[in-house]
Amino acid sequence: MDATTPLFPSAFDVQPPKGAEDWKSIYPYYVQFNPKRRQAEDGKFWFCNSQHWPTPFRPFDLIMVDFATKCLGQYNTRHLLVPPANGIDYRILNGYVYFAPIAVEPSQIEARIPQFLERAGHYYQNWDSLLANWKTKVQGAVAELEKLSFDDLPDVVPLEWVTGGKGLDNTTDLMKAYDDAIMLCYRIWQYHFEFLNLGYAAYLDFFGFMKEQIPSIPDQAIAKMVQGVDSELFRPDDELKKLSRLAVELGVADALKSGTVDEALAAVKAQPKGAEWIAAWETAQDPWFNFTSGNGFYSADKYWNEHLDIPLGYLRDYIERVEAGETIERPTEKLLTERDRITSEYRDMMDPEAQEVFDQKLGLSRTVFPYVEDHNFYIEHWSLGVFWRKMRELAALFVRNGFFENADDMFYFHRNEVRDILWDYCSGWGTGAEWQGPSYLSDEVGRRKEIMGALASEPPLPALNNPPEVITEPFTIMLFGITSESIQKWVGAKEDGAGLSGMAAAPGVVEGVARVLRSPDQLTELEKGDILVTPVTAPSWAPVFGKISAAVTDIGGMMSHAAIVCREYGLPAVTGTGNASSRIKTGMRLRVDGNKGTVEVID
Amino acid sequence: MSEDLYTVEFNKVGAGDLPRVGGKCASLGEMTQAGVAVPPGFAVTTDAYAAMLDHHGLRAEIKRHLEGVDPDDIDAVDRAAQAIRIRIRSHKLPEDVETAIRAAYAEMGDDMPVAVRSSATAEDLPDASFAGQQDTYLWVRGADSVVYRVRDCWASLYTTRAVAYRTKNEIPHEDVLMSVGVQKMVNARAAGVAMTLDPCNGDRTRIVIDASWGLGEMVVSGVVTPDNFVVEKILEEVLDRKISDKHVELVGDAEAGEAVEREITDERRNTSCLTDAEVLAVARLAKRLEKQNKCPQDVEWAIDADLPDGENLLALQSRPETIWSQKKAEKPKSSYGLGMMGIVNTLNNPLGTRS
Repeated sequence: MDATTPLFPSAFDVQPPKGAEDWKSIYPYYVQFNPKRRQAEDGKFWFCNSQHWPTPFRPFDLIMVDFATKCLGQYNTRHLLVPPANGIDYRILNGYVYFAPIAVEPSQIEARIPQFLERAGHYYQNWDSLLANWKTKVQGAVAELEKLSFDDLPDVVPLEWVTGGKGLDNTTDLMKAYDDAIMLCYRIWQYHFEFLNLGYAAYLDFFGFMKEQIPSIPDQAIAKMVQGVDSELFRPDDELKKLSRLAVELGVADALKSGTVDEALAAVKAQPKGAEWIAAWETAQDPWFNFTSGNGFYSADKYWNEHLDIPLGYLRDYIERVEAGETIERPTEKLLTERDRITSEYRDMMDPEAQEVFDQKLGLSRTVFPYVEDHNFYIEHWSLGVFWRKMRELAALFVRNGFFENADDMFYFHRNEVRDILWDYCSGWGTGAEWQGPSYLSDEVGRRKEIMGALASEPPLPALNNPPEVITEPFTIMLFGITSESIQKWVGAKEDGAGLSGMAAAPGVVEGVARVLRSPDQLTELEKGDILVTPVTAPSWAPVFGKISAAVTDIGGMMSHAAIVCREYGLPAVTGTGNASSRIKTGMRLRVDGNKGTVEVID
Repeated sequence: MSEDLYTVEFNKVGAGDLPRVGGKCASLGEMTQAGVAVPPGFAVTTDAYAAMLDHHGLRAEIKRHLEGVDPDDIDAVDRAAQAIRIRIRSHKLPEDVETAIRAAYAEMGDDMPVAVRSSATAEDLPDASFAGQQDTYLWVRGADSVVYRVRDCWASLYTTRAVAYRTKNEIPHEDVLMSVGVQKMVNARAAGVAMTLDPCNGDRTRIVIDASWGLGEMVVSGVVTPDNFVVEKILEEVLDRKISDKHVELVGDAEAGEAVEREITDERRNTSCLTDAEVLAVARLAKRLEKQNKCPQDVEWAIDADLPDGENLLALQSRPETIWSQKKAEKPKSSYGLGMMGIVNTLNNPLGTRS
């Protein structure tokens, strides 16, 4: 590699897309590449985290980048003292987030080991009881969030507050509610990482052991030995399957088949056994419809319980399949038997000494792995779902009071700017003066919308500057699947060719027509038999996996959502291709080989 | 047992019968008994061969022909071997032997086309490739032909190469007995070989399959470049397919009572001769035989065109793989610590950074 020409450009040489020249004005200073620190910034290898943030995010949504990154780091750096790794530094460039993991000074690694052993060891040894406690904590935070309300300020302070000598007004609670919401979101993100890094580390340990024992073992085989079959992540989808069977049994299927959600539900109610089905439908919603069609990181995410048309659409598909006599339930028994068979056959290939190590490492991996899957429901779907819903309630308050035209407009402002807008509302209410916001904000929203639109018109760069000769940072590899090899693929992908390669994430070979989706809003465009091509998929896309014939993603490893779900559904998947969603166009015929990890355009 | 003296059906052959039915028939018998789909048939035992030798005083005759022959003098060996083969072929079978073969053949059905193959006993040549030196006759029909072909197989014990080998290694010729297998002919649509390890590197997580149209002899003999499939043994998934240009196939000519080479038409020659489902079925069969025999196997198989899907895959032979199985597996270097230290090691040296 020529040291003078970096493999990827410097952040300081990257131009914004036309119309987004002013993009820096909408994000705070602490996420920007600072020209005064150019030498230091150019000395680091930054990769785009398009796995979690595949599209540019609005300023309010930075809350998720901020909290996720900080909380990931704190566990390595301050709680557990992971010997070689601290956190991950992050910057925004043209609306996308770039990560640079922070390694521990080699001379200090040794000294951290005893602390890590004690701290992380405690978690591994008490995993189940700590996890039970974790679930209580998370549900407590969710309950607190649910209790928050954002009501319009009244004309006057209630009389009892005056006569009771309270000495405070309604803005106190309103501002506290906002601050609480932000802090609850912050708490939730800390909980998110309490177990996650440790879970991945144990899995990676088992993974590495298997690769050394049986070098040719496919990655997906290792995943299959560890993966559970009853993850809570599958529950929302399972609930829809149950509801579709029940609808057929109770004779309300036809009533559900047409019209809007309200029309369909009204038609069901009119059926003799309609009430029974409606009761089941309502029971399933809490908590299982706290389920986003995105990944929970964007304010634009649509959650099932706020958009009942989404689950109803899936439900209608399932009803048709039930009526056609198909088995729609996941074959959990079969999956478990298969997992046991695979495990014992690989085990049989090892000598007794290795078998003992295998048992131990597999045991730990299986203990920790359910968290890796389940946390996603508790945090991204459930907790963040409630958080976003509360923020929309606040946005509605602003709309009612003329601050914004649309509820969505609030998310064009950073959370601390929103705090200012709330202050404007509270302060104007207190003084009796006119609010500044209504006349100021609409222009600003317009300006920011234009910038966002321009930013979204260009895909991100995969990385900035030069990669290290070998990627050794464990979290880069574990969480993002980025290795020296995958970086080479990004570079190679710049040259045009008919083929793409990625991870062989779920086996099988399929030919079909590509459907490129850049956002979950496009999910309805999918037709039966399509090959789904997308930057990244979310677990809530599960129902569409019954429709598609294969999945191809830009980002993600063996344990990415697409990979897990495709293995469940027996569909081929190639993940981590780098740029399939920009190189492939809807309508192209593709051959997806999930055994080799290749995608070919065949006409 | 006495009625099985000269012939014994495969479904009655056990591992203990190896000395009298030879390796090939013993393996067919074992597979049959274990419930593996194998074309039915019977073994003509070494007792039948011994009876033949004794009845016509052939032992002394063989000895006389070979006396004083220098194993390095190929011409002399060749002359003696040819003379012995002619002598064996010129005699009728002892009546009771012939009756037994005819009866066993009649049991298989009217004029059933069969394959007649030699089944060498343990004392015979260890070199596996030698097996092919002994004769195999395909698409044999009618009791007379079967009887003649059994005798031809016996005679094939005395090929020039086999005689030279035994003389050189001082194996007494008259001690070497031969069994012959008579097996229902498979009307192979496709056939080939499956190894339960990767023959290139000994990787036991792989099953490697060579397959071509028609009978498997074209694959074994190397006359065609077969399609090649690699299957992950445990996940049971096809990892790789190489489809070759397969120009000829060996197919049965029931009228002529023999197998004939036939040119393959253009549209078939570059088409995969197996579907993925068939590849996996072959792999599962091989895997099952490996498990049963407790060591890596080299399996010959065929897909019968006349049998329904799901019942049409037949095992023709299974023998231990000899090259990699004898090598001691290289022990992976074990840099892995246990428990927490294992995790510390992994974090400090994640995968891909180990040397």
